Amino acid sequence: MELKEKLASSFLAFENKVDIDTTSKVHDIRTEAFGAFESKGFPTKKDEEWKYTSLNAVLKHDYNVFPKAIPTLAYEQVKKFLLNETDCYNLIFIDGVFSSFLSETTHDGLDVCVMSAALEKPKYKMVIDAYFNQLANKKNSLSDLNTAFSNEGAYIQIPKNTVVPKPIQIVNFSTGTEKELLIQPRNLVIVGENAHVQIVERHQSLTENNTLTNSVTEIFVKTRGIVDVYKMQNDRASASLIDSTFVSQERDSVASVHTFSFGGNLTRNNLEFYQEGTHCVSHLNGISILNEKQHVDNHTLVKHKAPNCESHEMYKGIYDDRATGVFNGKVIVEQAAQKINAFQQNNNIIVGDKASVNTKPQLEIFADDVKCSHGCTIGQLDESALFYMQQRGIPKKEAKALLMYAFSNDALKDVKIPELKAQLNKIIAHKLDVKIGFDL
Amino acid sequence: MLKIENLHARIEDKEILKGLNIQVNAGEVHAIMGPNGAGKSTLASVIAGKEEYEVTEGNIALNEKDISELAPEERAHEGVFLSFQYPVEIPGVTVTNFIKSSINETRKAKGLEEMPAKDLLKMIREKSELLEIDRKFLSRSLNEGFSGGEKKRNEIFQMAMMEPKLAILDETDSGLDIDALRIVANGVNKLKSNDNAVIVITHYQRLLEYIVPDFVHVLYDGKIVKSGSKELALELEEKGYDWIKEELKA
Repeated sequence: MELKEKLASSFLAFENKVDIDTTSKVHDIRTEAFGAFESKGFPTKKDEEWKYTSLNAVLKHDYNVFPKAIPTLAYEQVKKFLLNETDCYNLIFIDGVFSSFLSETTHDGLDVCVMSAALEKPKYKMVIDAYFNQLANKKNSLSDLNTAFSNEGAYIQIPKNTVVPKPIQIVNFSTGTEKELLIQPRNLVIVGENAHVQIVERHQSLTENNTLTNSVTEIFVKTRGIVDVYKMQNDRASASLIDSTFVSQERDSVASVHTFSFGGNLTRNNLEFYQEGTHCVSHLNGISILNEKQHVDNHTLVKHKAPNCESHEMYKGIYDDRATGVFNGKVIVEQAAQKINAFQQNNNIIVGDKASVNTKPQLEIFADDVKCSHGCTIGQLDESALFYMQQRGIPKKEAKALLMYAFSNDALKDVKIPELKAQLNKIIAHKLDVKIGFDL
Repeated sequence: MLKIENLHARIEDKEILKGLNIQVNAGEVHAIMGPNGAGKSTLASVIAGKEEYEVTEGNIALNEKDISELAPEERAHEGVFLSFQYPVEIPGVTVTNFIKSSINETRKAKGLEEMPAKDLLKMIREKSELLEIDRKFLSRSLNEGFSGGEKKRNEIFQMAMMEPKLAILDETDSGLDIDALRIVANGVNKLKSNDNAVIVITHYQRLLEYIVPDFVHVLYDGKIVKSGSKELALELEEKGYDWIKEELKA
């Protein structure tokens, strides 16, 4: 059976099992979303947005949507995938199911809890009606598929004037109880007026069995709100990820999304920013360090809809062996968005003979008084820097590694959680085979 | 220490060094002066082993060992240090981390253990004081956003850390104000001993007031065309290079 057909029957089962309240707005949204998915189907390379990323190999697996048995995981088993020196709120999911044992939620002054509760309980109805699927609706067939099966994930609501004192960590583990599993986390984040929150998100497979994660996150940032999101993608070769994240910003808000891609089989990031008010600032940062046959596709969209805003986009990549990368950065400046500053940069280093990267900036500008710049480089390492380092006694191989380390480390300077920064640093050094970590 | 005989070198199809000879003994300071385009920086790069330059004839011996076939890092391990005219910026690697890598890679090449962090710190402290370098400076990315003077001072700081046998200072005075020049020169003078040697490449006599050379050479059209004592530098400062060109024609 084709995956699409299998999903149709799974959706019927889902309606009977989970989506029971047929009078709810959420039910209508799910039904409509499945319809949208069915009519469009999975994207193929014929779609302009998927020209360089083929899902064929990933979709030929016989994924199950409902895992039968959910194992429990001990903290010691998963500790290394978590921030654990930093006090955090934790939302931990195992094979798509919430683990209250490993999690730390709160309703004390803010809501850090699970989506399933928010979708069901009457006290969240107003918020769900106002925000749920407002950004993700019909953006792409995969986000529609996620919406159709939306049930579990993180629900985060920060009231106005609240600075969340510790980061919120959202981690999805897959354990391999199903030979092939499709997980579809659905997250909703509402950052209130003048509120501030940091979120760390991670998908981690613990098995050689195939996992496909199709994740959707909607983030609303109110006036003067600040949100920092860190996406850690350092998964096994058996895991693929399609991540769609939509951010809507009101005036004077600052939103940053950092994407760290170091592992996994196929990773597709759809990251979309919508600047609805004036004086918004958006940061999109990414670093990919890939080898073997890994593939990462970063598709970004920044829609400038209001004047006096800024967007800063910086993506870097290092590709070794047969790894492949895609960067597609679209910036749309609407006519009303005068005096905006949109900056985009994509720098790549190709190490492996069979590695490649496709990079494509797309600017559509309808306002006349704006500053938009973009640049991309694809190259080998700087020979003069290599000579300089060799002259100081560092052999060429180590000099190359150190230069790549420097190139990627530079992207960590805006990481505001020290433990996360140290973890990233360690992963980068390990991936590039550099022994470093000595500071005064 | 260094003996170069009949050195010919070219980059792409252009021959730059055309039969250069020089001998530098331990404990000596040599200055190499000459007009633009004479081949001064090329000589420095060729001694350090930059791969773009092809040595077509002649040889370079360091302590009687031919180094002309060695990789740049191997020459560094043998004790060659080049203070760059334009030090490269490396964002993302701190000065300290870079020096640690330099020292430990060099030790590794000599079959030594890594230097214990405590010893390294102590050495960094001593040498940074010698060059009046602020500690904060050491945790910054290498050369990134450094002023011209800071870059040069950082070069000499690295030289102090590496303790080379042969130090080549390629226009270390360019971009330095008088105070920085004094600090850098003072650093070089303190590091000088009977076991090492210094080659100063410069356009101007100014630096040589602080680092006093035992010998001054004029490099012109790829060859050393005149050698003399430190007074030669003064003469060049006063009269320029035209009289040497005239002498050569005659």
